Amino acid sequence: MSAETTPVNDATSLYDADNPAPVIEAPRKRTGKTPKTTRTNFELYGWLFMRLSGIVLVVLVLGHLLIQLMLDGGVSKIGFAFVAGRWASPFWQAWDLIMLWLAMLHGANGLRTVINDYAQRDNTRFWLKMLLYTATVFTVLLGTLVIFTFDPNIR
Amino acid sequence: MPAGTLYRGREGMWSWVAHRVTGVLIFFFLFVHVLDTALVRVSPEAYDNVVATYKTPIVNVMEYGLVAAILFHALNGLRVIAVDFWSKGPKYQKQMLWTVVGVWVVLMAGAFYPVLQHTLRTLFGS
Repeated sequence: MSAETTPVNDATSLYDADNPAPVIEAPRKRTGKTPKTTRTNFELYGWLFMRLSGIVLVVLVLGHLLIQLMLDGGVSKIGFAFVAGRWASPFWQAWDLIMLWLAMLHGANGLRTVINDYAQRDNTRFWLKMLLYTATVFTVLLGTLVIFTFDPNIR
Repeated sequence: MPAGTLYRGREGMWSWVAHRVTGVLIFFFLFVHVLDTALVRVSPEAYDNVVATYKTPIVNVMEYGLVAAILFHALNGLRVIAVDFWSKGPKYQKQMLWTVVGVWVVLMAGAFYPVLQHTLRTLFGS
């Protein structure tokens, strides 16, 4: 019982009022050496985006899988005619467009995190991310172009 | 636990590993999938030719694997959101992971025939 009520500044304690415990700097604390350009809340918004886009993507992607891979014969029915039928509706065009943008940005941000975690050399990390950003911009623009310029009477 | 590592094992770490692995795999598929869909701007034949690959038994099985990866990533993602935003989330993270695994097993069993019906019907007759 007495052990629980013993004051901290007893004979065996390393710390007292004159000799306080050392202050431990918080991980990734911003210091004077932190470049000014990183002093934004980008990572916070990235973190929030992953969660918000994730919730929307659960609906969009699982619905997409259900329609494309499971209902009406599964993958059997897919072909140019099936795509033409679906993209005749602005609803499914919007569905696919939003899904494309959210999925690509969600995936690109995820891969950015993975690259930051595992690529240790500065140069490797930089070029892997440049490759990622190039592929992401290309894919998003290509997909958007295809949805907006789709022509069912191409032939 | 081996020295010099922060990895703690168990449900927390392994669900994180599985979330990363499935996420990277899904991203690579998405990249290919946008490219194959872009073939509708080339010609109906070019698109139907590449879609024929998606209907072969091996790729059809890979589609079941894709559904498995997406379903885990989606369910575990909802668990991550619960851990971050629900006050009792961290306390119940293990129970939530086993719930995710349970729901995943049930949905994967349910998706088996719908996803693989093309292969099952072409390989084993009508």
